Amino acid sequence: MLRASALKLNVGGRELVRSLDLSLAPGECWALLGPNGAGKSSLILALAGLRAPQAGAITLDGAPLAAHRRDALARRIGVLLQDETGDFWGSALDYVLLGRYPHSKSAWARDDEGAARAGQWLARLDLGGRLEQPYRTLSGGERQRARIAQLLVQDPDVLLLDEPLNHLDLRHQAQVMQALAARAAGGKTVLMALHEPGLAARHCDSAVLLYDAGHVSLGRSGDMLTQANLETLYQCRLEATGPQGFIPS
Amino acid sequence: MKPVSVPAVVIIALVPASLAVAIAFGSVDLGAARLADALLGRGDEIAREIVWGVRAPRAFAAFACGALLALAGALLQVLLRNPLADPYILGVSGGASVGALAAILLGLSALGLHLSALAGASLAAGSVFAFSLGRSGWNPYRVLLTGVALSSGFGAIVGLLLTLAPSSQVQGMLFWLLGDLSPAGDPTAALVVLAGCAALAFSQSAALDVLLLGEDKARSLGVAVTRLQSISFGCATLATVAAVLLGGTIGFVGLVVPHLLRLSGIRGHRLLLPLAVCLGGSLLTLADTLARTVAAPTELPVGVITALIGVPALLFLLARSR
Repeated sequence: MLRASALKLNVGGRELVRSLDLSLAPGECWALLGPNGAGKSSLILALAGLRAPQAGAITLDGAPLAAHRRDALARRIGVLLQDETGDFWGSALDYVLLGRYPHSKSAWARDDEGAARAGQWLARLDLGGRLEQPYRTLSGGERQRARIAQLLVQDPDVLLLDEPLNHLDLRHQAQVMQALAARAAGGKTVLMALHEPGLAARHCDSAVLLYDAGHVSLGRSGDMLTQANLETLYQCRLEATGPQGFIPS
Repeated sequence: MKPVSVPAVVIIALVPASLAVAIAFGSVDLGAARLADALLGRGDEIAREIVWGVRAPRAFAAFACGALLALAGALLQVLLRNPLADPYILGVSGGASVGALAAILLGLSALGLHLSALAGASLAAGSVFAFSLGRSGWNPYRVLLTGVALSSGFGAIVGLLLTLAPSSQVQGMLFWLLGDLSPAGDPTAALVVLAGCAALAFSQSAALDVLLLGEDKARSLGVAVTRLQSISFGCATLATVAAVLLGGTIGFVGLVVPHLLRLSGIRGHRLLLPLAVCLGGSLLTLADTLARTVAAPTELPVGVITALIGVPALLFLLARSR
C-alpha cells in the first residue's frame, strides 16, 4: 500500500498540491487527470521518492519512502518518466533489459529469466521484430513502448506512469491500457497520468483530478469523470460526440 | 550473451604485442640473439640493462599512462554526458602543469617537481569538487564549467611562467606541457593506481549503463546515483593525476580511445571499461616506441604522436559510421 498523507507540493514557487490524502492499494488502477502544469508529473516524482514534498508524508507499507533502501524500493515502485535524457547506445532489447537491474544479483551473471520476460513484453507490445534494432533508431511511439516494456520487466508492485500514451497510435494506446489494467487486475497497483478521459473511464477504476489551484478530488472513475467535472478541470466546454467519435476498444 | 566480438579479441592481443614491440625496439639495435638472451637474463650486461633497466620500465610506464587516461576519459564521458569530455576537463593537468613549471623555475629536485605537480593537481580537483557537490548530489554541468574555467585560468598561469622563465629552462617546460614519458621513471605506483581504479570502475559498470537513462530513472531503478558519481569521479581524478605525474599532458588518448571503442560497436561498460584500459595502454606504448625511435637519438614528445595518430583515426571511424 502506497499512501500519501497531507501532501503539499510546490514547484518553482507555485503551489501545485495543497493537501492530498491518497491511498493506492494492490489491484487498483488509477487515472491521474489535470490540465497542463497542474502538478501531475510532480506528484508522480514525489510518489516515486524522487522529489521530497514540501510537507506531508509518503509511506510504503507504513514506512516512509526514505526508510527503504534504494535497491529494495526499486523492486517495489517503478516509474515511467515523461521524458528521458540521454542517448542510449544499445539495442531495443538491451534497453528493456536495464529494467532488470534491481533484480540482478551480479553484474556478470546471465539473466535468462529477464531476457525471456523482456522478449515476451516486447512481443506483446508489437516490438518482437525490433529486438536487435538500435534503440535510438526506433520511432517515437516505438521508443515509448520500449520504455513501457522496460517498466513491465522491472515488474514493481506499484507502477507510476507519466503520460504512458504519449506518441502512441490508437492500436497501441489500447494495447498499453489493456496491459496496464491487466497488471492491476493481477494484484499490482497502477497510477497513470492521462489526457484521455475516455480511455481513463474504460480502463481505470479510480481517478484523481488535479485542479489548477492546488485542489484535488478523487474517487471512483464513474463518479469523477463526469462532463461537469471535466469542464471545470480543463476550463473548457465539452460536448458528447456522436457516432463519429471513436476510441479504441 | 553475445560472443565476444572480433575487435575485443584484437584489442586484448594488442597488449602483449605492444609491450613486446616497445621492448624490442629502441635507439640501439640489439639484434635478435642479444635481445633474446637479455630477455632471459643471460648475455652481456649492457643488453640486459637496456632491456630490463630502460625499455621495460618505459614500456610499462607508457602502458599505465595510456590505460589511466583512457579509463578516466570513458568514465568522464558518461558522468558528464558529454562526448567531448576528456581527462583534462577536470583542470587536473592544468593544475599539475602550473605546479611542475613553478618547480622547474625554482630549480627544485625531481621529487620536489613531482610533489609540486601533485599539489597543483589536487588543488584543481578539490576546487572542481567543492563547486560541484551540493546537498542534492553532484551537478555534472558545474563539474564541466568549473573544470573548463580552471583549465583556462591555469593555462594563463602557464603562459606567464613560460614568459618569465629564462630561455634555458623553456625547453624542459615545453616537453612537460606536450607530454613526454622520458622522465617517467619507475611505473610501479602508476600500475598500482591503475589496478585499483580499474577494479573499482569495473565493479560499477552495470550501474553506469543504467545511469545513461538519466539520474532520476537510474535512481528509480535502484542505483545509488550520488555514490556512483562520487566513486566514478574519484576514480577518474585519481587516474588522471597518476597519468599526468607520469607523462605530463598527453592529449587525445583519453578523448579518442573510448570513442574508437564505441564506434567499433563496443558500448556496454562491462566491455568498454576493460577494453579502454587495454587499448589506451597499447596505443600509448606503441606511440611512445615510435617517439623514441623515429628520429633517434632525438626523442619526440609522445603527445605529438598521439595527436597525429588519434585525430585521423577518429575522423576515419566517424566517416565510416555515418
